[in-house]
Amino acid sequence: MKLYEYMAKEIFKKHGIPVPEGYTVEKPEDIRPFEGEVVLKSQVLVGGRGKAGGIKFASGLEEARKIAEQLLGMDIKGYRVRKLLIEPKINIQKEYYMSFIVDRSSREAMLIASAEGGVEIESVPDEKLFRRTINPLIGIQPNVIRALSYKLGLTKEQAKGMVRIVNGLWEVFTQEDADLAEINPLVLTPDGFVAADAKLIINDDSLFRHKDLEIVEEEYTPLEREAREKGIAFVQLDGNIGVIANGAGLTMATLDVLSLYEGKAGTFLDLGGTDNPEKVKEAFGIIREAPIDVVFLNIFGGITKCDTVATGVVEAMKDRPMNMPIVARIKGVNEEEGKEILRSEGIHAFSTLDEAAREAVKLAGGE
Amino acid sequence: MAVLVDEKTRVLVQGITGHQGRYHTRAMKEFGTNVVAGVTPGKAGELVEDVPVFNTVRDAVNETGASASIIFVPAPFAMDAVLESIDAGIKLIVTITEHVPVHDAMKMVSYAKMKGTRIIGPNCPGLASPGKAKVGILPNTVFTEGNVGVVSRSGTLTYEIVNSLTEAGIGQSTTVGIGGDPVIGTNFIEMLELFENDPDTEKIVMVGEIGGTAEEEAADYIKEHITKPVYAYIAGRTAPPGKRMGHAGAIVTRGRGTAESKIRALESAGVKVAKIPTEIAELIAKDL
Repeated sequence: MKLYEYMAKEIFKKHGIPVPEGYTVEKPEDIRPFEGEVVLKSQVLVGGRGKAGGIKFASGLEEARKIAEQLLGMDIKGYRVRKLLIEPKINIQKEYYMSFIVDRSSREAMLIASAEGGVEIESVPDEKLFRRTINPLIGIQPNVIRALSYKLGLTKEQAKGMVRIVNGLWEVFTQEDADLAEINPLVLTPDGFVAADAKLIINDDSLFRHKDLEIVEEEYTPLEREAREKGIAFVQLDGNIGVIANGAGLTMATLDVLSLYEGKAGTFLDLGGTDNPEKVKEAFGIIREAPIDVVFLNIFGGITKCDTVATGVVEAMKDRPMNMPIVARIKGVNEEEGKEILRSEGIHAFSTLDEAAREAVKLAGGE
Repeated sequence: MAVLVDEKTRVLVQGITGHQGRYHTRAMKEFGTNVVAGVTPGKAGELVEDVPVFNTVRDAVNETGASASIIFVPAPFAMDAVLESIDAGIKLIVTITEHVPVHDAMKMVSYAKMKGTRIIGPNCPGLASPGKAKVGILPNTVFTEGNVGVVSRSGTLTYEIVNSLTEAGIGQSTTVGIGGDPVIGTNFIEMLELFENDPDTEKIVMVGEIGGTAEEEAADYIKEHITKPVYAYIAGRTAPPGKRMGHAGAIVTRGRGTAESKIRALESAGVKVAKIPTEIAELIAKDL
């Protein structure tokens, strides 16, 4: 779960990382009188908002409110601005970059830092990056911070300040169960280092132990949101074949096979492993609302048994018949029982994915 | 032979009294697996499918000589279950549990490496050596004995592909589902190495999916170290970028982890890449 910058900054502050003293507003008139300059930062869950015009400076209350008027409600790469973070402008001497990520290759954490901050880290050449895998059982050790400070060319005084930042960010990363904790830019001011921006992605599988966190809703379609609430992995696509399958890999493969026969999937719906016909009914409840012409059900029975799925399909139809054809392919555990159940509802079930995919594409083409 | 599990493997089921644990204990026994013990705290003395249940892994190991463990414990407690097994001297731990917190996964994988224990998973279907043993939840019916080693990041897609191999008369030495999470105990490269050194494996099938760079890294490894023929399928060729396709790992972001990049890397390493899952069996049959 991605957090908004203002939420991430609150958490960073809690872990001892200095951040500008800011507040959020949803209405221009909530901006308080100030001295000097402020920065107005659009709170959206997407990078590159500065370039998109989502970050502005103002030197008077009237100007600030006028800018806020323009920013609030603005669309940045498909995300609507609903909140602004108002902060005093900071005195930038130099910008750095720092982050901790989960590194899939080493299966450990990775610390990345650079003296080139404020830009996309992907654009920084390798030799200008400090990169070190951090063993999750050992954590950050002083030698790592020393090496980082040398690489970044810090003075003795700056290196001292850096200790607090690295340790603080490591604490954020581990204690908040983050996939990513990033400060970009990490700004050197006359008073030391300050996190001018904050990016924090909490690991979705760890949310159960962070109940205090406010849930941030991504910009899902209403159907995607409904599916999410029901624990169904669902993505809306732009074709007209509604794919329901079990297992992420198999669902993706189903999309690929359809595309090979020049069909286009309108949904990615992964039932996952389920023993409960109710989940299948819920899946049909979601898919029937999507703008599709054919339902393509592809089940390889394992944990999810073919007859369970078939029963769910039949019950879903009894509740509310589908006004479009259903192409089914079922295979694996309790295959024959499943086929029999579907047959009773007049649904023919294929055994091979290829045959079924071709049939679905044919029906979707209106032939 | 076969890799990792065979008829000599003595299997312990952690979380044996739960619904999944119970069901798959029976299925594993039907496959021929030597399931010797179960663990559920507080349930010592019970029998599940004739398998004795113990309170702790150490008790189970002392009483039954269990050498491998399969974990059905819910995600919040999965790391603890894995650590308990590592400390009790278990050398192979198959973690079926999905939604394990990624920091827990990093810790348990790191600890296992330190102690010389192999973890498969988390979020995986486990592994099966047909005719010998299965430590996992893969359906018994899809396998047949043979000399193709299968390694996959997926679950049901693995069954699909193994089934099509079996229907084409192509048997398997061992099939391993390594799991779809970003941090897993055993990766493609480690499995490729095991298959390369296994005299019963003559060909290798690799099933990948979008997200991360594990397939690209495997391709580099294949180029340098693998002499046996490798066949692959990569799921998610048509998946839109920025959308997570079910698995925590399956997402294409900023041009990284695309199917194209994986297919290109594998093909340049001499791997034959199928366009659809069932084509793998056809590619292998052609080379026979």
